[in-house]
Amino acid sequence: MSRIHVECKINGDDAEFLCDADESLLDALRDEVGLTGAKEGCGTGDCGACSIILNGNLICACLAFAPEAQGGVIETVEGMADEDQLHPLQTAFLEHAALQCGVCTPGFLIASKSLLERNPDPTETEVRYAIAGNLCRCTGYDKIVRAILAAAQEMKQNPIIGDGL
Amino acid sequence: MSVVAEDNSVNQSYKYVGTRPVRHDGLEKVNGKARFAADISKPRMIHGHVLRSPHAHAKILSIDTSKAESMPGVKAIVTASDFPLPKKDEGFPHRSKNLIARGKVYYEGQAVAAVAATTRRHAREAAAKIKVNYQELPTVMTINEAMADDAPLVHENLITKGSDKKEAKPSNIAEMDFHERGDIDVGFAEADFVYENEFTTEAFHQGYIEPHACLADTGKDGRSEIWCSSQGHFMVRSATAKMLGWETSKIKVIPAEIGGGFGGKTTIYLEPLAVKLSEKADRPVKMVMSRDEVFKATGPAPGTKIRVKIGAKKSGEITAGKAWLAYEAGPFGGSWAKLGGWCIFASYNIPNVQIEAYEIIVNRPVNIAYRAPSAPMAAYATESVLDHIAKEIDMDPIDLRIFNAVKEGDNQPGDSVASTGKYPKIGFKETLEAIKNHPNYKIPLGPNQGRGIATGYWFNIAQTSSATINLSEDGRAVVMTGSPDIGGSRASMAIMAAEVIGIDVNLIQPVVGDTETVGFTDVTEGSRATYATGIAVVNAAEKIVRKVKERASIMWDCNLEDVEWVDGSAIHKDGKETPISLPEITAEAKKTGGPLNATGSLETKGHGPAFSTQLCDLEVDPETGRVTILRYTTAQDAGTAIHPSYVEGQMQGGVAQGIGMALNEEYIYNQKGRMENSGFLDYRMPVASDLPMIETIIVEVPNPRHPFGVRGVGEVGIVPPLPAVANAIHDAVGVRLREAPMSPVKVLKALNQKNGANG
Repeated sequence: MSRIHVECKINGDDAEFLCDADESLLDALRDEVGLTGAKEGCGTGDCGACSIILNGNLICACLAFAPEAQGGVIETVEGMADEDQLHPLQTAFLEHAALQCGVCTPGFLIASKSLLERNPDPTETEVRYAIAGNLCRCTGYDKIVRAILAAAQEMKQNPIIGDGL
Repeated sequence: MSVVAEDNSVNQSYKYVGTRPVRHDGLEKVNGKARFAADISKPRMIHGHVLRSPHAHAKILSIDTSKAESMPGVKAIVTASDFPLPKKDEGFPHRSKNLIARGKVYYEGQAVAAVAATTRRHAREAAAKIKVNYQELPTVMTINEAMADDAPLVHENLITKGSDKKEAKPSNIAEMDFHERGDIDVGFAEADFVYENEFTTEAFHQGYIEPHACLADTGKDGRSEIWCSSQGHFMVRSATAKMLGWETSKIKVIPAEIGGGFGGKTTIYLEPLAVKLSEKADRPVKMVMSRDEVFKATGPAPGTKIRVKIGAKKSGEITAGKAWLAYEAGPFGGSWAKLGGWCIFASYNIPNVQIEAYEIIVNRPVNIAYRAPSAPMAAYATESVLDHIAKEIDMDPIDLRIFNAVKEGDNQPGDSVASTGKYPKIGFKETLEAIKNHPNYKIPLGPNQGRGIATGYWFNIAQTSSATINLSEDGRAVVMTGSPDIGGSRASMAIMAAEVIGIDVNLIQPVVGDTETVGFTDVTEGSRATYATGIAVVNAAEKIVRKVKERASIMWDCNLEDVEWVDGSAIHKDGKETPISLPEITAEAKKTGGPLNATGSLETKGHGPAFSTQLCDLEVDPETGRVTILRYTTAQDAGTAIHPSYVEGQMQGGVAQGIGMALNEEYIYNQKGRMENSGFLDYRMPVASDLPMIETIIVEVPNPRHPFGVRGVGEVGIVPPLPAVANAIHDAVGVRLREAPMSPVKVLKALNQKNGANG
């Protein structure tokens, strides 16, 4: 079976990889590109550990076929920090102890980044519903919600310029 | 907020203990670089896939791998015949039988064979070509089925452990445990009020987000290296060696980051298969479970049926407690029921007690520990019955518990788990008082809203730990321990080392060593890491301080007694020398005696039992039976909180899992014993929109047996939510839910029954 050649942008860089027609985008990112930040917790789109942003949309990478990335723009947790400067969400997660084991953290960071791009000033309830597709089994979500709310405040005061790409 | 006991005079002067630095491994975990087991790859690596039983109970008549062997990319296949016959059941219950089926399968999802091939797809497709002939057998899925007189026997010759052997005949009861204190009949005769009821819970899973994964590389020299996610890599090493019939030291285990465990990663599933496949294929083999495999073949905590009878006087004094417990152990038994029995009345002084506990064999996956294993279900029964009694005798439910609460010197149950048989210094009453005095206890409630309180107890454990500290030339300290960091323990180790050595916590680099670089360390379980491994770290740090003082005395050419160590610097007692900082000492180390390092390695004793009291406010929708948690407050005795943020995190995480148990989570099986909800869509764990903020009150009654007063904090928080939710539902709508999970269907049914009875 011949493999499919895919060209796209990942975290601002040109990228290309070979994949099977029915390979998930998550497997392609992890196995072909070598970006293992997105995790597979379920493979069925229920846990959000594989959250990435494809063409501006928050998706579960386990539910997308890798060839769908052709010509697309992908953002993963590995691209959130700008050089040495952490994204305010990353800083807030550290300062609020919003992670314990850390395996769900990349997905939460990407999901909350997507939220704050759509809604820069969310209420606690809006945060809770926005991340309801991401499972965390360690924290009870309390510190994650607080970190996201704190990051939103920080970003309002100190907007990020040229974020992401 | 936190509450410090009045007589605690020791912990006021710490510089680092009790602070909240950013965890040392945090950066890698927010930028995607942290390496969990499935993230690790090796050159020439191939992929393993496990063929699992579709049947809950069947004889294996034959296994034919010939067709699979000729499939593209296949490099190796293993079945039970590749592993030595178990000598006896070594280590955790029947690990060898669970690893790979031998002649019989006992539950859906049990491993039958494993294939390694060049791609995951090839491995999966080849596994599907392995032909297994099964002869299906009748299944036994529940306590009631297993204990019925005409129950099919899962094991034909199983005689109940702990029973009177002369009269015993084979049954599905693996073990029974009976103990009593006082005279139960006298106790109930003294009571003004007696209440008895039965409570059931369904099996639930630990639900860690990271599925089990490992990578094994077995060389021609008969040695193997394993990278894996576990709660204890020394356990992985010894258990894997036993399964293979190898010498322990032939295996090296390198701990990957662990993506949650909660007790579920205190055993092995894949590692011996991967080692054997790697040996046969002469290639590194990676194996990663799917979520479906995680549900069907790992975990769960047992379903239970528990009957509790408690008698009390009008004053609130409890006079008698009687309990009957049955726990679904899975196919090979365990001691979960016994553990539940030890916990069930542990929080209260009850002079007359009788406890019977039964371990039940069923065709379900082998149970493994889940955060304070067995205790939440026991608390569900006891704390629900106490709630009823408090209402009957018209007493505040917290006052009833304070009246009977255990304290230092009282009997602690479970003589083989407790270290002394008597409670050491504990902070149970303090947690009760903290909740009673909290403003949330007095917030007015609206219609269909209710308030419930419940308490929890957990033993905690101590065991063996090792730590090594190496000082680098620039005066920084690498603190290496053998405890996988499952929720921030690196930060705790660094804080304790910083406190002893007197240098900034950020000058400490805490690392988790592999099985060949750090001393033996038991599994991260029983809330023991910060307690026991913490003692090893303190021990090593104290030796380091002694050594750097010696070096200072050499540099000054003075007596050791003249050197004092203050805030990371050597100071001459008489002030006649300029103080020397730690970097100045380490820079000169070559001239004063060589590199500076020290090891702390010990069998710890004196863990402190943990208690939690929790307050739940909720609202019941009478139309749908849906329960919404409005507010949740938890008070827990941490002894001393080393890093309060991660103590709070443990408390909050335990509560969230407990709320999942209470409202949603359960294994659902069909008539054939096949699991029907083996994914996160249908096995419904709490998500962010299901929960409110979880308010924490850290109570600090220092454990006198730890240098900083630590008692374990990881587990007990999961114990009270089941009864706290049940008691709040009763308070809200007047129905006592005795079957967990208390899902909308069950709440609605109970409401309809109540309204029908009234109408």
